[in-house]
Amino acid sequence: MAGLESSSAGIDVDPPNIEDYLTSDALHQPHKKLQLKDLLDISPTLTEAAGAIVDDSFTRCFKSNPPEPWNWNVYLFPLWCLGVVVRYGILFPLRVMTLAAGWIVFFSAFLPVHYLMKGQNKWKNNIERKLVEMICSVFVASWTGVVRYHGPRPSMRPQQVFVANHTSMIDFIILEQMAAFAVIMQKHPGWVGFLQTTILESIGSIWFNRTEAKDREVVARKLREHTEGDNNPLLIFPEGTCVNNDYTVMFKKGAFELGCAVCPVAIKYNKIFVDAFWNSKKQSFTMHLMRLMTSWAVVCDVWYLEPQYLKPGETSIEFAERVRDMISVRAGLRKVPWDGYLKYFRPSPKLTERKQQIFAESVLRRLEEK
Amino acid sequence: MGNTSSMLTQYDIEEVQEHCNHAFSQQEIVSLYHRFCQLDRSGGGFVSSDEFLSVPEFAVNPLSQRLLRMLDGLNFKEFVAFLSAFSSRTSLQQKIEFIFKVYDLDCKGKVAFNDMLSVLRDLTGSFMTEQQRQKVLTHVLEEAGYTKDSSLALSDFMKILGNSELKMDVEVPID
Repeated sequence: MAGLESSSAGIDVDPPNIEDYLTSDALHQPHKKLQLKDLLDISPTLTEAAGAIVDDSFTRCFKSNPPEPWNWNVYLFPLWCLGVVVRYGILFPLRVMTLAAGWIVFFSAFLPVHYLMKGQNKWKNNIERKLVEMICSVFVASWTGVVRYHGPRPSMRPQQVFVANHTSMIDFIILEQMAAFAVIMQKHPGWVGFLQTTILESIGSIWFNRTEAKDREVVARKLREHTEGDNNPLLIFPEGTCVNNDYTVMFKKGAFELGCAVCPVAIKYNKIFVDAFWNSKKQSFTMHLMRLMTSWAVVCDVWYLEPQYLKPGETSIEFAERVRDMISVRAGLRKVPWDGYLKYFRPSPKLTERKQQIFAESVLRRLEEK
Repeated sequence: MGNTSSMLTQYDIEEVQEHCNHAFSQQEIVSLYHRFCQLDRSGGGFVSSDEFLSVPEFAVNPLSQRLLRMLDGLNFKEFVAFLSAFSSRTSLQQKIEFIFKVYDLDCKGKVAFNDMLSVLRDLTGSFMTEQQRQKVLTHVLEEAGYTKDSSLALSDFMKILGNSELKMDVEVPID
């Protein structure tokens, strides 16, 4: 699942506040005459490179943190073993049964409504939305989700876009059980894809493929159409990719240029029982759900923050940053100036060029000062 | 070594420490090992160019392509040896030797005008013309008492950079 990028075609992975990372201290004393040693001394650039090899803020965003082991003690170890037996032997089968029962109820109600009630009447929409909320509650129950919602519940007014930080596809489930948002998602293969096309489409959700430049325009158009009509609110994860809930990556600006109210939602998971981060490169969603269903509980806090509007004179990128600030402060996340899509693409050569420009200008300036 | 799932034994750590002239503490080596395994996504026991470039902060570095020629296919021991130039325990002399090696990619033992020119090209890209670069280099070389045709040996680098303050320390995060 992902947020969106609605700008024109082409892969635009240029974080706006990347300047923080460009303070090249090459040529530290800019007002002295240029000497051979200034040109030969490439240590600042080398240090930057080595620093990035040793540790970098981007990789940290996608690192799953293993839980603290606590079964080290002779007394605790049997307890831990007992826990494993309870979690896998009792809780897990119970949860699978709950989920299965939920799906049976869901489909036996959804399919008749979906195929028998013709046309786009309000009743049909309402029933379908309620059913989606229901199945999401079943999902949350299947991992004993302990979710605390703070702030006023979302209203189902049109002309609203909800934006949230993104940790796993379960973010969507947790938010959806309170209100049937229309969601913007990455197309997924397998059973998730099947659900996307059959069920979620009925609540107005929009699909796209992150790597298809063409899809961006289509999504941008669909978004606009959705917000202009009298529809349910949109839910967008503007990071565009799952982050480990300790950091936030750049927000894509698409959600912020629709001209409607942006309602920030901050989600913070408590890692006490299980790390809710879905590392989609390492784990399928089924395995991710399995991990959640064999844990004691998924504990999380959800804050609905005050709706924000574009201020006069503010660009959509600044607006996105402002909302990102709010969410990261509320959920206690650290911000990094990187675009989450760098997981899939190389950074733009513009950033390198910017560094080269700084260096070249300082060389030329100092050369003139004889 | 190089097997992603394996842990380092005390012997391994000491061997690596030996190899990098004790530039890193044992804890730092363990941290570096975790980092190495993280970068080595394919689990092949070495980090490929592509895997290095997946770190955006590295990929945007103007010298990344040049450094990749030194980094490509290093195993963990060599990886640590490479990074040892950035340890605070490494002497100024060794740091200058490292810089020299970055210039002298083909290991001739001396750095010619063209080598310096190509590093300067990496650093300035399209923001200086080739003529400007040559002019600047010739100018500073002559100021320092060399000519365009002289090639610099390691001892020249020592003389030029030896009394400047090189800040080339990278701290290894220990968790």
